[in-house]
Amino acid sequence: MSLQTPLRRVLGLGSAKEGSGHWWAQRLTAVALVPLGLWFVFAALGLEHGQHEIVRAWIAEPANSILLILLVITLLYHSYLGLQVVIEDYVHGALKIATLVIVQFLHVLLAVGGIYAVISTTAGGGS
Amino acid sequence: MARADRPLSPHLGIYRWQVANGLSILHRATGVFLSLGTLVLIGWLIAVASGYQAYVRVNDWLMGPLGALLLLGWTFSFFYHLCNGIRHLGWDIGLGFDKERARMTGWLTVVVSVVLTLGFWATALAGGGA
Repeated sequence: MSLQTPLRRVLGLGSAKEGSGHWWAQRLTAVALVPLGLWFVFAALGLEHGQHEIVRAWIAEPANSILLILLVITLLYHSYLGLQVVIEDYVHGALKIATLVIVQFLHVLLAVGGIYAVISTTAGGGS
Repeated sequence: MARADRPLSPHLGIYRWQVANGLSILHRATGVFLSLGTLVLIGWLIAVASGYQAYVRVNDWLMGPLGALLLLGWTFSFFYHLCNGIRHLGWDIGLGFDKERARMTGWLTVVVSVVLTLGFWATALAGGGA
């Protein structure tokens, strides 16, 4: 049994009209995170006990800086989309809105902090 | 709007535990845990940019007992969420959706993520000189 009107089923978007956007963004970021995540985890293997100078030099490599910024953006976007669904499922009432707002702000803050840190290191910060 | 007799999806408590729902819940749990890990990733990047002392403090904590335990959890969560995520992406394009195949890829996901986690730490401990 379907609860959708026939018209809505044709349009396929659900009552909020933006469900497919969330779904698509979650999949798109998931696909991007397969290579980005694997790259970072295996690159980290080479740095694990690295001296500060080695880690700094690694981040400052142009290709690594670009991939790290892409990772930070994609990861935090994917993380927000996922946590949003979990919060919507388990938190209710006024607390739900408050939690969503705090979590979204926190993700933007972390993304900007991460991007700034990579650029700063690339520009010679931390030496 | 909300009518008392509207159809509801079954509550969690009514399900018999099996591979499919166990792995589904584990996907969520590892996802939430990995979200917490972004705090450490960003903290680590900021520490590198802040200078030697900040970096050493973060690095020492990560190499300590609590940090190492968390890193072990995050690497397993990463590999599991990655493998199971690929399984989900397969379903999204209609692959492996039948019951037998889904059960098989479910167990495969668990085995592969455990093997990848062990392989990762074997390499890290052998190469990193810990």
